[in-house]
Amino acid sequence: MSKWEKFLDTFFNARVMEKYLPDILSGVLVTIELAVLIVISGLVAGLALALVRSLGLRPLNWLIIFVVDLFRSLPPLVIIVLMYFGLPAADVSPSGFVSTWISLALVLMSFSEEIFWAGITSIPKGQWEAARSTGLSFGQTLINVILPQALRLTIPPLTNRTIAITKGTALGTVVAVTEILGQASSAVSNSYNPSPLMMGAAAYIVLFLPVVVIGRWIETKFAWKR
Amino acid sequence: MAAAIVEARGLHKHFGALHVLKGVDLDVAERELVFVIGPSGSGKSTLLRCLNRLEEPSAGSIMVDGINLLDPRTDINHARQRIGMVFQSFNLYPHMTALGNVTLALRKVAGKSRGEADAIGRQALERVGLGDRAGHTPGQLSGGQQQRVAIARSIALEPRVMLFDEPTSALDPELVGSVLGVMRDLRDSGMTMVVVSHEMGFARNAADRVLFMDEGVVVEQGPPAAIFENPSHDRTRAFISQIQRH
Repeated sequence: MSKWEKFLDTFFNARVMEKYLPDILSGVLVTIELAVLIVISGLVAGLALALVRSLGLRPLNWLIIFVVDLFRSLPPLVIIVLMYFGLPAADVSPSGFVSTWISLALVLMSFSEEIFWAGITSIPKGQWEAARSTGLSFGQTLINVILPQALRLTIPPLTNRTIAITKGTALGTVVAVTEILGQASSAVSNSYNPSPLMMGAAAYIVLFLPVVVIGRWIETKFAWKR
Repeated sequence: MAAAIVEARGLHKHFGALHVLKGVDLDVAERELVFVIGPSGSGKSTLLRCLNRLEEPSAGSIMVDGINLLDPRTDINHARQRIGMVFQSFNLYPHMTALGNVTLALRKVAGKSRGEADAIGRQALERVGLGDRAGHTPGQLSGGQQQRVAIARSIALEPRVMLFDEPTSALDPELVGSVLGVMRDLRDSGMTMVVVSHEMGFARNAADRVLFMDEGVVVEQGPPAAIFENPSHDRTRAFISQIQRH
């Protein structure tokens, strides 16, 4: 066997790949479920926090900043582990799936809140004044004038952060979530061959490349003629 | 004398330790154009911004068209429809077309349907000479055109009084004329206006009354000819000679 054949046999072993393809595919499904849940709940919660913060209620804002800073500084793995192994002490026993979902959603919420907030504050004060001077309320101004401009600014950093955090679904392996990496590593142990890991890598690319492309598409769609 | 549209009494405004308005009274009669001049930092913009409560006065009272603006029971969003404001930096919404800018408040505040709002909006753009620019975004318009769209945004709501906060200060000299032309048309149509500006030529032949402010007080006021040719205070004289030197 040449070096090249040996390499192929080790990392791209057709027999192993065929055998474990169904496992990887079911892992893909779990990853998609997790990712969709994390993205939707994390971004909605982040936007909601940013909107609440724009009301300018001091004590509430301190609380938001504290929570957001906390979840931005903790490693996501630590949050997942704490939730999965720690919460049962408080008589709440979330599954590995739920622990991973909630943990990463909290992290995405925190980062996206900061991004939304930066977008909102970057809109010139004159936009608020012009809208308010025509009789628009605070809420109407926020929704019709400020947010459309702010969201457009936030899309590039938001896309990056969302992808980075959603890839963290792989951390679910430590709490026995059967997502892509979990399926791939157990397949590796069972087959004594790392080919499933390559399938896992391919699955991540297939999954996340479209997200990057969609992000870019939204960016161009939201750009207005200057 | 016609009924007063604006009646401000004893206005004070503090920004922290800074005392910007020190007891200003201002009456503006219906169809009157009051021109406010004064050195920068004299409080003229702050006075204007108090008149629609973009700034909250520290003390005093303001009546606009019979509405007590400072009464906590007053619906300020409702009252602001009667008080148009035009800003130095235009402040058009960059993500909307000219027509979108003009119709937003018509739809959201005045409760017009999209069709009604569009019709009123087009009429307002027509009035400022930009009927053919309805579909343009602010980025596609010159500064002078942007400011005229901003004026259209205000007049579409049929305000009882319009406040102009240095409307031509951010414009290239060759674009000033078009904006002043629109303001003159407005004045001729009987709009009540309060204008903070350095356009002394416009003040001279369009204003009914010129108000000179310095250090938070109204130093003197009167017809343009009197203020410009024969001011009674040294500070007014110094300011006007400075302005006219160039």
